[in-house]
Amino acid sequence: MSRAIEGPARAGRLAQFASRLASPVALLVIWQIASMTGLLSPRILAGPGDIVATASRLIASGELINGLIVSFLRVLAGFSIALVAGIVLALISGLSRFGEAVIDPPVQMLKAMPFLGLLPLFILWFGIGEMPKIGLVAFGAIFPIYLTLYGGIRGIDRKLIEAGQTMDLGTTSIIRHIIIPGALPSLLVGVRYGLSVAWLSLVVGEQINASSGIGYTISYARDFMQTDVIVVCLLVYAILGLLTDGLVRMIEAYALRWRPEVFG
Amino acid sequence: MIPLVDIRQLTRSFGGAAVLDGIDLTTAPGEFVALLGRSGSGKTTLLRILAGLDTAPAEKLQLTTRRSVVFQEPRLLPWKSVIDNVALGLRHPDARTLATQALDEVGLSHRLDAWPLTLSGGEAQRSALARALVREPELLLLDEPFASLDALTRLRMHELVLALWRKHRPAVLLVTHDVWEAVALADRILVLDQGHFIREINVDIDRPRRRDDRRTGRIEAALLEDLGVLPTQD
Repeated sequence: MSRAIEGPARAGRLAQFASRLASPVALLVIWQIASMTGLLSPRILAGPGDIVATASRLIASGELINGLIVSFLRVLAGFSIALVAGIVLALISGLSRFGEAVIDPPVQMLKAMPFLGLLPLFILWFGIGEMPKIGLVAFGAIFPIYLTLYGGIRGIDRKLIEAGQTMDLGTTSIIRHIIIPGALPSLLVGVRYGLSVAWLSLVVGEQINASSGIGYTISYARDFMQTDVIVVCLLVYAILGLLTDGLVRMIEAYALRWRPEVFG
Repeated sequence: MIPLVDIRQLTRSFGGAAVLDGIDLTTAPGEFVALLGRSGSGKTTLLRILAGLDTAPAEKLQLTTRRSVVFQEPRLLPWKSVIDNVALGLRHPDARTLATQALDEVGLSHRLDAWPLTLSGGEAQRSALARALVREPELLLLDEPFASLDALTRLRMHELVLALWRKHRPAVLLVTHDVWEAVALADRILVLDQGHFIREINVDIDRPRRRDDRRTGRIEAALLEDLGVLPTQD
């Protein structure tokens, strides 16, 4: 009985999936044909077949994995700094009027700055080692984290805080049991957005004077016009971005399991 | 006997307009008082002062600190299970056992681990009632707790509240605009209008009270008249 109901529904979903897959596959085929017939020069863009071959070569030589680890560690370091600093700043300005007056205006002003344009300054301050890259990642990611958590704290339902007061909860308990969990959904949105900014900052930061990491591989490939290597590296960036986003989604699904839309 | 609530000449104004204008109120232990009034009559303001959520000048303001509140909305924390909501803030080594008992008393022992957003309106309000009673209050403040429930659920909640009141004997102060609710439940009914008590009625009728009883009918009619619903008939 249940299979009879499920069967057509599953077939329908499959058909929908296949129809969505059709045009990307067609594009790939056109791309491959254009490369094979010489219509698309490998100096402009390598063909899909070459890209796959290059990817397996780079994986086999260990070059890609090493670069991936180096780049991932840079994002991890920069994003961790952003997470801690963003949460601390948002808690201070979200929980006290005084903190808000001190912290919020400068943060809002800095936010208006195109932060990728700070790279020359970062290089002057920190040299060309790891610091400017990690610093740029941290600087870019801190704003979404700060802004969403701060907004989340300010948006907490006053009525829940009042209920806590009538239950004789002290300030610490109210922050711990009501304000932090209440602001968590907003914070997680900020974390996801911050992560995408972090990867973007890394891509830019690694183009400058890197001696390791995926960005270094890209610069090296650019000098030798290896478009296949460049595309492979870009795909790796995309996959890393998707993976970290998926990780946060998993955390979200667990931490926000009390929300009906998450479990139903 | 020391009254749980002893208030003289309580005045509260917002922006120059007095919402409560010289209120006197005393409540004895175990007494069930209903506070009736139209919207804007100041009844919620009075309850907030009694709950410690608002302050106001008074000649005398003596209040028990063992009080708990059920609001019109359940105000459960959606990220905590029902039992954790009830046990939250209990300073007792067996907080979860107490919470389980309290939820059992309101008929929710099968919903202990449910998320609040999955509860029905009646279930959520019963959880809020359990959360208030588990603190063993001397004074239970009810701020229109049944107003957003459907009529049948509301009648069942009336029975539940009476049963729990008989068992635990807190003094109850029920704020409502439902005249029958006040007549069905309370020992004493106070009518608040424009910041003053304009009527006080002692209801000496055995519970359960029937709506077709002539005595409840008379009280209901008088109260409706106070609230400006029925025209004066003379």
